[in-house]
Amino acid sequence: MGHGMKNLAGRRAVVGWLLAGLTALALPAAAQDKFIVMASTTSTEQSGLFPHLLPAFKKASGIDVRVVAVGTGQALDMGRRGDADILFVHDTVAEEKFVAEGFGLPRRGVMYNDFVLVGPVSDPANVKGQDIVAALGKLAASNAAFVSRADKSGTHAAELRYWKTAGIDDPAAKVAGKPFDYRACGCGMGPALNIASSTDAYVLADRGTWLSFKNRGNLGVLVEGDKRLFNQYGVIVVNPAKHPQTKTALAQAFSDWVVSSDGQATIAAYKIGGEQLFFPNATKN
Amino acid sequence: MEFSAPWKITKYERCPLSAFAESFRTAVTLVLDADPVLWRTVRLSLAVSLSACVIAAGFGLAGGAWLAVARFPGRRVLLAVLNTLLALPSVVVGLVVYLLLSRSGPLGAWGILFTPSAMVIAQTILVLPVIAALARQLVHDSLRDGGDQLRSMGASPFTAAALMLLHERWAVATIMLTAFGRAVSEVGAVMIVGGNIDGVTRVITTTIALETSKGDLPLALALGIVLLALVGLINAGIGIAQRAQGGNLAIAR
Amino acid sequence: MTAMLSLDRVGVRYGNVAALNDVRLRVDRGDFVALVGANGSGKTTLLQALHGLVAHTGARTVAPQAAAQVMVFQRPFMLRLSVWNNLRLALWLASVPAGERAARASEALQRAGLSELRDRQARSLSGGQQQRLALARAWATRPAVLFLDEPTANLDPSAKKEIEAMLARFKDDGMTLVMSTHNLGQAKRLATRVVYLDHGHIRADLPTTRFFGEHLDARADLFLKGELTWDME
Repeated sequence: MGHGMKNLAGRRAVVGWLLAGLTALALPAAAQDKFIVMASTTSTEQSGLFPHLLPAFKKASGIDVRVVAVGTGQALDMGRRGDADILFVHDTVAEEKFVAEGFGLPRRGVMYNDFVLVGPVSDPANVKGQDIVAALGKLAASNAAFVSRADKSGTHAAELRYWKTAGIDDPAAKVAGKPFDYRACGCGMGPALNIASSTDAYVLADRGTWLSFKNRGNLGVLVEGDKRLFNQYGVIVVNPAKHPQTKTALAQAFSDWVVSSDGQATIAAYKIGGEQLFFPNATKN
Repeated sequence: MEFSAPWKITKYERCPLSAFAESFRTAVTLVLDADPVLWRTVRLSLAVSLSACVIAAGFGLAGGAWLAVARFPGRRVLLAVLNTLLALPSVVVGLVVYLLLSRSGPLGAWGILFTPSAMVIAQTILVLPVIAALARQLVHDSLRDGGDQLRSMGASPFTAAALMLLHERWAVATIMLTAFGRAVSEVGAVMIVGGNIDGVTRVITTTIALETSKGDLPLALALGIVLLALVGLINAGIGIAQRAQGGNLAIAR
Repeated sequence: MTAMLSLDRVGVRYGNVAALNDVRLRVDRGDFVALVGANGSGKTTLLQALHGLVAHTGARTVAPQAAAQVMVFQRPFMLRLSVWNNLRLALWLASVPAGERAARASEALQRAGLSELRDRQARSLSGGQQQRLALARAWATRPAVLFLDEPTANLDPSAKKEIEAMLARFKDDGMTLVMSTHNLGQAKRLATRVVYLDHGHIRADLPTTRFFGEHLDARADLFLKGELTWDME
C-alpha cells in the first residue's frame, strides 16, 4: 500500500533550479555593451551632473558609465574592494591616502564646486557674510541648531576642517552654558537638508544639491564665496594590481576624457537655473 | 534620467493635506502620461520581485511542505530558525549578499554585483523563509483534516503534503502575494546590492528613497501610490481569478 | 477460514489515556464486522489499529491478500478537484496502471449513481453524494478490506439507505468490511459479526444473530437495552 514514485516535492525543487538558471540568463546581468562601474557621491548625483555629463562621454566613446552613488567613505571602500572600476569623489586628503595605500592609480583633479552655509533667512545667529570660519564661530556661541551629515563624506570632512579652524575641536561636545544644538544625522546631503528645513537649522551643503533641492522651507544661502569653501573633485582609476578584474582600460578612457577639453567644456556647460555649478580645473590641481 | 512630466513643483507647501493631494495628482499624471522612466522603473521592479518570488516558491513551497511532514532530530530547532528568519531585516540580507558578490568576496567571479541578478538573489533569500514558513503551516493544518484519508489511500507523507498544496492552491496564492508584497516593497536589500544605478538597477522603492533624499516629497509619495496600486491590482486579479474558478457553486466545505 | 487481519494483545495510548487495552481480534475473509459501543469506547482507534494508521503495542498481522485496504471516514475528505479527478487521483495513489484508470473510474461512478456529476467540483456535492463518492473512490481501487468509521452518522435517512445498499453490494462482491457504527439497526442489517467495545476493551465478539439474541456481558446488555447511548432505526 502506498508508494511515492512521483515525488512532487522533488519535482518542484528541480523546477526551482531551472527557473534560477533561466532568470540569470534572461536578466541582462552583463550587458553586451561596454560599461564601467563608477563609485561617486550622493551629492554629485543629486546635483544632476551625471545625466548631463555621462551621455556626452557615451557618445564620444561608446562606454556606459553606471554610477553607484554612496558617501565618499563608502565609495573609497568600494574601490578598495574592487567593486568599482573608477572613483569620482571630492575629498582630496582621503583620495591621496587611497592612492598611497596602493588601491588607486594617481588621482587627477577634475573640477570644483563650492559649499554654502544654508540656514533660516531670519538668521538668528547672525552669521551672514563671506567668512565661513567666523560664521561657525558665531554659531557655536548661539542657541541655533546645526545639522551635520556625520557620514564620512567629503562634505562632512570639510565641515570638520572648518570647525577646527574656528578653534572648535568637537562641535558635538556639550559646553555648559552654551545652548548650541549640534545634530549629527549620519545621512546624505538631501536628508540633512530635509532635517534643517523642517527644524529651521543651519547646515553646510554643496551648492549643487542645494540648487536642486526642492524642500527649502525657510532656508536660504547665508555664507558663500569664501575660498575655503571650494570643494575639489578628483577621479581615480582603481589599481589593477590590486584587482585585476576591474575594467582598467575603459575606466582610463573616462579619466582621460573628463580632463580633456571636451570633458571640461561639458562640465562647464552644466547649469541649474542659469547658474553654473561646477568649475573645471583639470590642468591645475 | 529625470522624470519628464511637467508637474515638477519648485514651491513646496507645508500643509500635509495639500502634499497628499499634490502627490495623488502627480501619480495619476505619471500613469496617464505613460512616463517612460516610470514604466521602465515599474517593469524592473516587477521583473526583479516576480523572479525572486518564483524562484523562492520553487524552493520554499517544497521546503515548507517537506518540513510539515519530515521527522528528524533537530526539527524543532530548524523550525525556530525558520520562524526567526521571517523577521530578517532587508538591509542585513543586502549586506550579506553584497559581501558575497563583491569582487573581493567568494562569489566575486560571478560578476553580478550591481546588476538586477544580484537584486533577484537578495530578494529570493528575503522571501524564501516567508514562503516556507507559511507553506509549512498551511500543509500542517490541512493534513489535520485530510491527512488520514490520504494516508489510507496510499499517499506517502511527502505526496500527501504536495497534494495539500494543490488542494489549497488559493491559500498558496495568498502566500505568494504576501511574499511578493514583501519583495516589491523592500528597499534595503536592492539598494545595497543593486547600487540604485539609473536605468540599470533603479526600482520603484529605491527611486522613492532617492527622491525623498532630494527633497521631492510629492514625487516620492506619488511613486508610493503607484507601487500600492500595483500590488492592489495584482491582489484584485487573484481575487477575480478565484471567483471565476469557483463559479457560482457554494464551495468552502 | 482464512484470517485476513488479526490483532493480538494490542494496546494504544494517547498520552496518559489508554484508548485500547489488550485487544484480541481476528477478521476473516468475507466478514462484515460491525464495531459498536458508546462514544469514547475506542471504536475509531480500533479501526485505525486494524488499518495500521496508529502506533500500538502488541502484534498486528496482515495476510498478503489483505494488503490492499482503504478507509472511509465519517466526514469524507475530497480534494478541491472535480469528482472525476478525485477518482483518478485515488487510482494513481493506488498504483493502478494509467490505462485502466478511466475505465475503473467510470465504473465506480456508475455504481454509486454519480455519473452525471463527474465534472462537478467534488466539494460542491451534498453530504450524501460525497459519501457515495468516497465509497466509489474506495471501491475503484479494489481493496481487499474496507474500513468505515461511522459512514452514515451525518446523513439523512434516504442517503443512509443508499450507502447501506452500496455496502451490501460490496459484501456480495466478496469484500471484507469492518465498520464502526452507532446505529444498532444498521449493524443488524449489514453485519455478519458484531464486536462490542467498552472503555477500550472488547466485551463481546459474536455473530450478529447471537449478539442480538442472547444474554451477554451485563454492560453489553445495558447497551442493547438503551441505558447507554444508542439509536435504532
